[in-house]
Amino acid sequence: MSRLVVASIGPASSVQDGGRLGAQRYGLTVSGAMDRLSLAAANTLVGNEPFAAAIEIGPVGASFTARDGAVRVAISGAPRNADIAGSPVAMDASVTLKDGETLTLGFARGGAFTYLAIEGGIKGEPVFGSLAVNARAGLGSPYPRPLQAGDEFSVDAASGAPELRIELPKPVSGPIRVLLGPQDDEFDDSNKALFLESEWKISATSDRMGYRLEGPAIKHLHGHNIVSDGTVNGSIQVPGNGAPIALMMDRGTSGGYPKIATVITADIGRLAQTSAGTAFRFKAVSMAEAQDEARKFAQLIRSLPDRLRSSDTVALNIEALSDANVAGYAVSAVDAGTWQVTAEP
Amino acid sequence: MAATLLPPRLLPSGDSAVTVEFSRTIDDVANQRVLALDKALAASPIEGITETVPTYRSLLVHYDPCAIAFDALGEKLLALAGQPLPPVTKARRWRIPVAYGGEHGIDLEDVAKALNTTPDDIIARHAGGDYKVAMIGFTPGWSYLSGLDKSLHMSRRQSPRLLTPAGTISIGGVQAGIQCLAAPSGWHLLGRTPVRTYQLHRNPTFLTEPGDRVTFFAIDHKTFEELDRAAEAGEIVAEQVVA
Repeated sequence: MSRLVVASIGPASSVQDGGRLGAQRYGLTVSGAMDRLSLAAANTLVGNEPFAAAIEIGPVGASFTARDGAVRVAISGAPRNADIAGSPVAMDASVTLKDGETLTLGFARGGAFTYLAIEGGIKGEPVFGSLAVNARAGLGSPYPRPLQAGDEFSVDAASGAPELRIELPKPVSGPIRVLLGPQDDEFDDSNKALFLESEWKISATSDRMGYRLEGPAIKHLHGHNIVSDGTVNGSIQVPGNGAPIALMMDRGTSGGYPKIATVITADIGRLAQTSAGTAFRFKAVSMAEAQDEARKFAQLIRSLPDRLRSSDTVALNIEALSDANVAGYAVSAVDAGTWQVTAEP
Repeated sequence: MAATLLPPRLLPSGDSAVTVEFSRTIDDVANQRVLALDKALAASPIEGITETVPTYRSLLVHYDPCAIAFDALGEKLLALAGQPLPPVTKARRWRIPVAYGGEHGIDLEDVAKALNTTPDDIIARHAGGDYKVAMIGFTPGWSYLSGLDKSLHMSRRQSPRLLTPAGTISIGGVQAGIQCLAAPSGWHLLGRTPVRTYQLHRNPTFLTEPGDRVTFFAIDHKTFEELDRAAEAGEIVAEQVVA
């Protein structure tokens, strides 16, 4: 066994997986990764099941040190500068930390959450089939709380498997898609239009429980108290002050505010990865389109193993880029964090 | 009777859940229908349903859209929900001990004042009620009870408290509640119970189920301490009444 020690870590970082399903009827919060695609990509890179537990790293950075042997990990999600002793480490790729080496991840450069998956997974005691941290209920394993410097994980010794990268589809941009309802009839047409046609920003006071939206106040037809009913990930409830809240993975299982719309499954991770202060819009889609997108999203998760590539091919890309530079193209830099070409202003 | 029941509304809750709404208000018949549909689904599961969440007036049905589409599921749910209510079966009945007032029920005196009566009278009216667990939600084990004496209906506090203790027994609006974990609350705190409706390593982890009946009885603060220690050690300490 090796150990992976948390050398440093910012707030809002915790062990998360596919979530704690099956006990919402008892008020048990689901929790789980804010961005399931990135969790699944990181896990797939190190041979784990897509929704195995991994470390969800919040917007601030983190560093991890291998002890008592080598540890193989992979990172995916919000892009960051990452390095081992000054050598850049790629996002969406696996890497092996030799005994004593430290992987350092910087601030998220866009987005919020990055996933560090560990080969062989995280060892812990599942509750309702999940290791996901739900700090309010004291659940999660091996630490039932956000991670702190000094925490450590007992992990499998690195297998020595060749390093891989994963080719993810180009990130979708554009509005966050929603289905209206379940209580859109608690709002008149002009307020529904205001919700769909306005620009929104995510407030800095948001957390894993809910993303508070800044924009125009949405007015209710009959006041803001409804008899509590069930919530889902992505429910957008409108409390008395008219400022909508998108309920995220640590949501309560029921709520008493009218819910104007629900973010579609395929876009919840995208909403989760929208940084505070970034302007965005919503767009209403039909049930048929939302369910079609949900099926495509499930298919994408299933297809992740087919998207693995040998890491060697990355070196070729760098050569191609340097050729491009030689040829006088306006390729100014290769971003060590993402291997994407960044345009300088 | 059954013929006069209106069909429920199907409210889409995103692409992977649907709310089957029987009423917009707190209504005992609606709650019976919610629990009947929940039971019917447990007895003959529909492929693709992953989880159900009963509430006062609606059943939230989580499903996998890869396994069943909204329209097909909706038809099946409406067909099941349209069936006559099954005869009322004997529900489980719990007697829950409560230490009223003092540090355990900091709002008891104010509630008594607001209702022009004495704390003892409030205790009698609260403990004398015959309640039903209408739903469990918000935080693990938080049991929302219907059946609160009409004379105890009062609006919630103007400003919710950010933290109220584990085991709080409270009232808010037309509802009564058993709260398990420490949590924010805008309800009026009448007392505390040593009973854990949720305890992780106990069997059962969750004590109450929607549909269970509940009554309360007063205990003194010393008994509370004793029962609290026993409960901490994993005892249930609520009395189950055998009918």
